[in-house]
Amino acid sequence: MKVYQCIVCGFVYNEAAGDPEHNIAPGTRWEDVPADWSCPDCGVTKADFEMVEI
Amino acid sequence: MHPIVILGSGLAGITLLRELRKLDKTTAVTVVTADDGAFYSKPNLSNALMLNKTAAQLALSSSADLATQLNATLLTHTEVRAIHTEYSQLETSAGTLIYSQLVLAVGAHPIRLPLQGDAAAEVLSVNNLADYARFRQHVAGKQRVAILGAGLIGCEFANDWQAAGINSTVFDLAPQALGRLLPTQAAAFLRNRLEAAGIQFHLQTSLTSVDKKGTGYLLTDNHGTQHEVDLLLSAVGLKPATELAAAAGLKINRGIVVDQQLRTSVANIYALGDCAEVQGLVLPFVQPIMHAARALAATLSGHPTALRYPAMPVVVKTPACPTVVCPPPQGVNGTWEERIESDSVRAIFKDENGTAHGFALLGETAVKERTSLTAQMPDWLT
Repeated sequence: MKVYQCIVCGFVYNEAAGDPEHNIAPGTRWEDVPADWSCPDCGVTKADFEMVEI
Repeated sequence: MHPIVILGSGLAGITLLRELRKLDKTTAVTVVTADDGAFYSKPNLSNALMLNKTAAQLALSSSADLATQLNATLLTHTEVRAIHTEYSQLETSAGTLIYSQLVLAVGAHPIRLPLQGDAAAEVLSVNNLADYARFRQHVAGKQRVAILGAGLIGCEFANDWQAAGINSTVFDLAPQALGRLLPTQAAAFLRNRLEAAGIQFHLQTSLTSVDKKGTGYLLTDNHGTQHEVDLLLSAVGLKPATELAAAAGLKINRGIVVDQQLRTSVANIYALGDCAEVQGLVLPFVQPIMHAARALAATLSGHPTALRYPAMPVVVKTPACPTVVCPPPQGVNGTWEERIESDSVRAIFKDENGTAHGFALLGETAVKERTSLTAQMPDWLT
């Protein structure tokens, strides 16, 4: 399980935790997060989401 | 055809360029910046120490990369001296530039409180990547850091440094932490959590002087008490950078005044981000900038678009006390209802009809309710 961080706002996406508030189940790999998901903190879309692994 | 010129390469300027390039791949764009033009995530400056990140590691793209990726010209280390609005001309340290449309994305300056003492000029603030690099040099090997200001940035830095093993002490004239954002009991909860993490607070206390002592400083507060520290950082707030716009005759209030299409009082000049005041709102946060950049990109590509703001909660990056605040808009009358539990605070700001206009959530479980609560808040700008 990897952890990623939004380059714009610092939001952390942890694959183990997922994003249950937005229907992303715990354990969802970043590749499997749907394309219409956007960063909950800054609204950047996944297509623009230049995630860096931390 | 002269280029669209963007002044400033912070989040506002570069996000505008990115959004514009999604709509228009070819119109010439020049970005003028006083620094090296590297793109970085500004919110990450306040939790970079704990992650042991250097300034170089925080820089995500160089100005050369941005220029290639976004098909733009970046003029780095370039100072803009004047805007001659009648000729659509900029006077810069790199010569004269003519713009078709001009965007001011010049950000804000840290507010500096007047301090006495022989080290008053050595007080640091961290408002950009170069500041952070300087700060990291100074903080190496230091044990005790004082922070002036118990607002958002002050609390985030204190938490970051404490986690990095540096003793942090926070001073503020206000009676509570996050005084402008949180109701009383929520603020007390935050303070207790941060104190439990080892951070010291001196509230209702202002500093009067800073003097050199050994390799550090001797601080004197308004009660006459003295504190010895190794480093002092000021984080008392931001003031929109309006000097250039004011000198060019643009209308200024708290920030550069713009309408909902982000137009200033002068034709073909726009402003967004920390320097701009949209319908009375000055919101130096990420989300408002993202919304403004998208609206302005559409306008500049030929589709005039009014900026709209939903309610935009602010995440306070204090891991010792996860906190989300959605402040009620100015001018809304109402009261906070606070529900306190051992591990959380949920506060809702309601008007006399019981309609919610703001909220604050503190603690690991409470912050998860952010999304559902945000959906219930009225829009900020329609």
